[in-house]
Amino acid sequence: MGQAFVLALQLIAALDAELLEIIARSFAVSLAAVAIAAAIGLPAGAALAVYRFPGRRAVIVLVNALMGLPPVFVGLLIYLFLSRAGPLGFLGLLFTPTAMIIAQAVLVTPIIVAICHRLTRDLYEEYRDQLCSFGARPHDAVRTILWDARVSLVTAVMAGFGRATAEVGAVLIVGGNIAGLTRVMTTTIALETSKGNLALALALGLILVLTAIGVNAVAMSLGGVSAYRRG
Amino acid sequence: MSILPLSLDEVSFRAGDRALLDGISLTIESGPKTVILGANGAGKSLLLRICHGLLGPSGGKVRWAEGTTRQYERQAMVFQKPVMLRRSVAANVAYGLRLRKIEAGERARRVADALRRTGLTDFADQPARLLSGGEQQRLALARTWALEPEILFLDEPTANLDPGATRAVEEIVSGFHDSGAKIVMTTHDIGQARRLADEVIFLHRGRVAERAGADRFFAQPSTEEAAAYLRGDLLW
Repeated sequence: MGQAFVLALQLIAALDAELLEIIARSFAVSLAAVAIAAAIGLPAGAALAVYRFPGRRAVIVLVNALMGLPPVFVGLLIYLFLSRAGPLGFLGLLFTPTAMIIAQAVLVTPIIVAICHRLTRDLYEEYRDQLCSFGARPHDAVRTILWDARVSLVTAVMAGFGRATAEVGAVLIVGGNIAGLTRVMTTTIALETSKGNLALALALGLILVLTAIGVNAVAMSLGGVSAYRRG
Repeated sequence: MSILPLSLDEVSFRAGDRALLDGISLTIESGPKTVILGANGAGKSLLLRICHGLLGPSGGKVRWAEGTTRQYERQAMVFQKPVMLRRSVAANVAYGLRLRKIEAGERARRVADALRRTGLTDFADQPARLLSGGEQQRLALARTWALEPEILFLDEPTANLDPGATRAVEEIVSGFHDSGAKIVMTTHDIGQARRLADEVIFLHRGRVAERAGADRFFAQPSTEEAAAYLRGDLLW
């Protein structure tokens, strides 16, 4: 164990090529997935705060429930869609990074919708009469509260990114953990651990934890600066 | 063509089985500054919100001048507690102009003019939420000034302000009036009503108890409720 730890630190310090490649792929996949999820989830969350329509509460309950989607189940569903016999099989996406991006985007979108809804709901409560008085229509209000809540919304996106990078089940199923193609940090950890190669697994684990800490530190400092500047 | 007069026909507003406003019929013409006076809970804010269209009445009709359209773009409201958008002072003023698709050059001109009128030019780039209470209310007035409304509703705009800030707000309100905008303002501050009102609508328990020119109203109110209110008796 102690020996593995030393080896792990050596791998990180030496900037091992295989290690770097896996980290880079992890980030590329998760960033793309979060970008897609944010592009869908932020407007959807704010729209849930502004628009009143029948079934709105049911949608909110559903979105909150989907936050806890089991990754392996999402992976399985997407696998079925993308497999050769599936409806999207002709795209040939199974076992590609694109498939992994889709899987993570599906997992992360409900998280961003739900957090964005909670954050913008209170802001809209405060703004509603004033926006109404200005003559803002609902779609104007959605844009306004997204912009005015932008700093706290960073936390929603960060939470999504955390979930995406930490998730293993979905990307393992749809990506296949192919070395040099679809192998990411979490799938490598799972594989190397089962092979008994604890050093690489531990090194990647440390980097995952550091990433989580770094992402949260950035989010907090952004929030702090803005709290000072925006009052 | 002006959107005034504004007519209310038997307007009522109910919450459960309580009538908060009951059978209000009024015509609000352009010209004199109208002050809606009354105790807390008399229905002043509610009446203003219904006039402005933030709330629909439970019964009765609110009508603007016949043949006018897009009336909501030609009126504005200042709230008791101003809501500051989380943006700079100048961006707060520009916001309503953007919604009305005012082009950039004209927008910049109106923003600068509104800030100058309200003495906020030096604060233009500051975050609006860091302003003091009085400055925030001046910014709320600057935002409406830039919109060049035909009618401005003000809901107890100085209720939370100290005397200095109150005077600044009253001066800006008079400036609106001088520029030709119709002022409709609620207050429960009799001194403020005396300073600003050309005519008074006195609300009591959700009804119009009395409506009169300011001089007459303050010298010789014709209803017992108004007389008691002016004497400072507790009406409840």
